[in-house]
Amino acid sequence: MIENLTNLLDGFGNIVTPMNLLIALIGVTVGTAVGVLPGIGPAMTVALLLPVTYGMEPAQAFIMFAAIFYGGMYGGSTTSILLNTPGESSSVVTAIEGNKMAKAGRAAQALATAAIGSFVAGTIGTLLLVLVMPVMVSFAIDLGAPDYLAIMVLGFIAVSAVLGASRVRGFASLLLGLVIGLVGIDKVTGQQRLAFGIPQLADGIDVVVIAVGIFAVGEALWVAAHLRRKSSEVIPVGQPWMGKQDWRRSWKPWLRGTALGFPFGVMPAGGAEIPTFLSYATEKKLSKHPEEFGKGAIEGVAGPEAANNASAAGTLVPMLALGLPTNATAAVMLAAFQSYGIQPGPLLLERESTLVWTLIASLFIGNLLLLVLNLPLAPAWAKLLQIPRPYLYAGILFFASMGAYAVNAQPFDLFLLLVLGALGFGMRRFGLPVLPLIVGVILGPIAERQGRMALQLSGGDLSGLLGGPVSYLIYAAIVVILAWPLLRRLTVIRASLKS
Amino acid sequence: MSTATTTPERRSDRTAVRDRAQYGVCAFLALVGVLVIVDAFRIGHATSSNDPIGPRPVPILLGVLLIVVAAVYALDVARGGTGEPEGGEDVDLTSKIDWRTVLLLGAAFVVNALLIERLGWVISGSLLFFGAAFALGSRRYVLTLAIAIALSLATFYGFAIGLGVNLPAGVLQGIL
Repeated sequence: MIENLTNLLDGFGNIVTPMNLLIALIGVTVGTAVGVLPGIGPAMTVALLLPVTYGMEPAQAFIMFAAIFYGGMYGGSTTSILLNTPGESSSVVTAIEGNKMAKAGRAAQALATAAIGSFVAGTIGTLLLVLVMPVMVSFAIDLGAPDYLAIMVLGFIAVSAVLGASRVRGFASLLLGLVIGLVGIDKVTGQQRLAFGIPQLADGIDVVVIAVGIFAVGEALWVAAHLRRKSSEVIPVGQPWMGKQDWRRSWKPWLRGTALGFPFGVMPAGGAEIPTFLSYATEKKLSKHPEEFGKGAIEGVAGPEAANNASAAGTLVPMLALGLPTNATAAVMLAAFQSYGIQPGPLLLERESTLVWTLIASLFIGNLLLLVLNLPLAPAWAKLLQIPRPYLYAGILFFASMGAYAVNAQPFDLFLLLVLGALGFGMRRFGLPVLPLIVGVILGPIAERQGRMALQLSGGDLSGLLGGPVSYLIYAAIVVILAWPLLRRLTVIRASLKS
Repeated sequence: MSTATTTPERRSDRTAVRDRAQYGVCAFLALVGVLVIVDAFRIGHATSSNDPIGPRPVPILLGVLLIVVAAVYALDVARGGTGEPEGGEDVDLTSKIDWRTVLLLGAAFVVNALLIERLGWVISGSLLFFGAAFALGSRRYVLTLAIAIALSLATFYGFAIGLGVNLPAGVLQGIL
């Protein structure tokens, strides 16, 4: 405990250099700016900016990612409050009350409660991360290969079956990701798989190219196909501020939202949607002004916005402690770790202790910078919403191509990018979620390695895959997740029989 | 919570226009599955005491699962299941897919991929931005071209020279 705090202080010591603070400032500014832009979420922001950090030291790159992470999240809420068309599912709830407030001339208060709520939730969430992550690491350090395999399988099932509207579409996406992850030389035997004799494929497809293709190119093509010819109306906004009454009505929802958001972020199947909806429902129930809900109640912005940010902080726990990403941004950040040759997991804290604590310290700094920067700059961000759409989406394609080319400096990757963009386009057209695919690409090879390692230890006996008590527990959880709709239907039938 | 393939509201969708193109997705998934299995059988048997199962079982398993998912997917579609197209700030789902724009964007993309090594990023990137903006409906040619060139130059100097990112200078080598 004390040791962790000393480590964290060392982390602060590492980042408080003028250069690193400048990087954090750039990250927060770019992250917010790009996050405010319609059509660009935090995951795409990190994916697009990955290649830019190739020339940096890992620590600096992660300071930048941490800043982009929170900046992109905050930027998204500005868009949903001022435009009423949320870019991500996690800011859907913010849009409900936030946009109503903005229409009623209270945009400044909505933005302020979102910004301060994000800060409160982000700070508490990061503190909880400091407390919870080492505990999870100390639990995970004794796990063997079969346990890891079970955790990865849980991750696969969770992102495919729980998040998203349709299970079969989630699994289709996951399997496509796992297949893409197969491409290249098998690390154990040196055999080529799905490379079709193409030398560029033998090295495997770089995760950055996949993430940029699916998130950025796929999204740009999809929006281009359905571009709103009449741009939506942006509500003008002044300096965000809150009156006494607003503070009184906001602080409890912030704390409750944080309490709901963080645990869901930590859980492999949590996500940010459920806690934001739960927070909204809770605030509606507890509010002294329930009649205001649906017409612009400040509690309905404060709570969900805090839940969203706390959940984002929570997702870093399994990401850092187990190497298990549970949302798209964490998945792309995991890819960033890998591109530096760093494998997140229980050993990370031991091997790259400085890096981890610098990353966590920069989360605090980024969060603070965000508040300082965003309250005065909100009117400027609002102007970004008026950027002409042809330039915006041409710019996304431009930066996507630049980033994908920069990975290996080969034009082949640009063709690959287009193919993956077409795949991302098709997935959006048919309602296939993209998160399972990315998680499959990143975790698939690791899961296969753990599985084969488990079999090696058991001498080829298939029972070696099942492992011990920990993995039994995880497989039991998987069975419950898979059987959930069935169980629910049974309870519904029983209830209807009774009545 | 996720909804299974047979939630009541989905069944009632049956009266709505059936999205038959979804069968194409099922066919695609099954095709990928077959491809993965065929490729797996091409791999030589390479097991050892270090690696009892070798590189083949995982692709075979994935291929089989893909075919199973394709079948379940087709069943879901036949029962009236539809995937909801993704919305967004600038997405107007009431409009039909504008293939002309999409194909033009693809063309701009390919032009960049073909020319980037020969002409260099500054020229090919400018063409990409200009072509993409044109495809998306920008008709202020001079302004668009100016932005395209400014952006290419800025990224080249900022990233390639400033941050050491790999971007080719191409024919402008020595000039830039």
